[in-house]
Amino acid sequence: MLPFKTAARRAEAQDNDPAPARPLAGITQLQQWFGRPATFRGAMAGIVLLLILGPFVFSQYITVIMTNALLYVVLCLGLNVVVGKAGLLDLGYAAFFAVGAYTTGILTLQFGWNFWASIPVALVAAAISGVIIGGPTLRLRSDYLAIVTLGFGEIVRFSARNLEITGAASGLSGIQQPRLFGWTIDSAVDFYYVFVVLAIGAVIASIRLSDSRIGRAWLYVRHDEDAAEAMGINRVAVKLAAYVTGAIYGAIGGIFFAVNLGAISPESFSFEQSVLILMAVILGGMGKIPGVILGAFIIVLGPELLRDLGELRLLVFAIGLLLIMLFRPSGIWPGRTQ
Amino acid sequence: MSGAQKMLLNLSDVRLSFAGNTVLDHVSFGVAGGSIASLIGPNGAGKTSLFNCITGFYRPQSGSITLGGEELLRRKPHRVTQMGIARTFQNLRLFREMSVLENVMAGQHCRTRAGAISAVLRLPSQQREEREIRKASEECLDFVGILDEADRIATTLAYGHQRRVEIARALATQPKLLLLDEPAAGLNAGEKATLIDLIRRIRDERGVAVLLIEHDMGLVMKVSERISVLDHGAMISEGRPDEIRADPKVIEAYLGQDEAEELL
Repeated sequence: MLPFKTAARRAEAQDNDPAPARPLAGITQLQQWFGRPATFRGAMAGIVLLLILGPFVFSQYITVIMTNALLYVVLCLGLNVVVGKAGLLDLGYAAFFAVGAYTTGILTLQFGWNFWASIPVALVAAAISGVIIGGPTLRLRSDYLAIVTLGFGEIVRFSARNLEITGAASGLSGIQQPRLFGWTIDSAVDFYYVFVVLAIGAVIASIRLSDSRIGRAWLYVRHDEDAAEAMGINRVAVKLAAYVTGAIYGAIGGIFFAVNLGAISPESFSFEQSVLILMAVILGGMGKIPGVILGAFIIVLGPELLRDLGELRLLVFAIGLLLIMLFRPSGIWPGRTQ
Repeated sequence: MSGAQKMLLNLSDVRLSFAGNTVLDHVSFGVAGGSIASLIGPNGAGKTSLFNCITGFYRPQSGSITLGGEELLRRKPHRVTQMGIARTFQNLRLFREMSVLENVMAGQHCRTRAGAISAVLRLPSQQREEREIRKASEECLDFVGILDEADRIATTLAYGHQRRVEIARALATQPKLLLLDEPAAGLNAGEKATLIDLIRRIRDERGVAVLLIEHDMGLVMKVSERISVLDHGAMISEGRPDEIRADPKVIEAYLGQDEAEELL
């Protein structure tokens, strides 16, 4: 055999391997432990039980904060599909949240619809907006995509602020609380339980999607678009499915956010909101469901736990986040090990 | 022998140029169903470009490419794969951070249907399909001989095994024709012998036609039934290995290159 730079080629191929993430003993063990189906089910049952018993222990204030954290779990799991799974950077995710909230708000207030009847319409509206943002951006990558999605988020917010039907700058208020079989969902505790159900549903849906044909396709397209296409995967369809799925999660969060507060305004769906959700996803570990849940809780509960520090709390919280990203650049939850 | 066999893949008059540089110059070429064929030529002759035209990654300016009589030209890569052509890449293109089995399962994507809603609802049809994807992928891994490494992260495997994962992944698309781009690159002598055996088994046991681009002339001469030679974007010779070995045009094309000695 004559030399064909075989040694060089071989070395090149091996260099492509990414350095394995530094193991963090405690969490790695936790992850392995979670990996076993029996313990995973047990842990999940435990967490669900704690969530159900929560309001008996929590003060009204903590119940409200926890409700917000659970809303973030839904939103973060939705953005995780777009950013974490399909690898499409989205800086305007709050737009989908807004589409859900405003659709329900407008239909119930301006048109007198029943709350439950507005849900399918809001989901369809979110899916359509997912296609609208997804369609033109499919050829773009990372930084360009970030700018376009940021623009989309701002367009939605500015539209809401200037249109009459959305109540312009003051937004919509007096959104009716929903009734279910004679039970009016109105107290803080009621809504807490609604969000417990939504968050659990979002977690189950995410786990099931991860372990499916479409969930794997998102990863294939994220890792190597060309190889994915060569395997017969329709890149366009797979990315659109990610946007639409993410949009539906966002809309579900928005629908119940609107009836929980009873009032929505354009400022609830600011760029800052999009960034907070994205931060939670990156902090917890993109693409990793338990990590994203953890990230959502940290982002919501962190500033609350630091409330005693007064004005310094956001500074301390920011430094804390920086330190986490410095030592765990790919998120708190560890990546897959062998 | 070639005239009687019906061509599975047919290229006629394919012309590809980038910014005025002709990469493929009116190339006509065919691969018979159930055959093993090779495409050789000096570096830069346009072999990988030809693969990219067949698989839909490049769009030739003119000509026609058909598989079993169906036109492939202007079809997107995923459609070409769906129609029955699978490929491997010159440089390994495995999906990082994913297991060997998950990598191979990618090949089954175009043969299955379930979407997001049926996955969230865990419909029985989706569950059945998932089991079928897994079974078919495991069968492909077993076929290339690395089923016991199914759960390892693909990029941590030995180099030769990573190449086999790529082949298994391509086989999982259930192709009629398999394109291998330099499958022996970076393999040692033992691994090359296994590769020859694997290429033959792909044809004999699965009935899949194989077209390979390869620089290792020993391997090409041993495994191929037909060889086509590309030089400067033009097809200069086509025939059985012994005919190619004796063709003065081929020898001339390789003159001054390392491969010439190998060929003679």
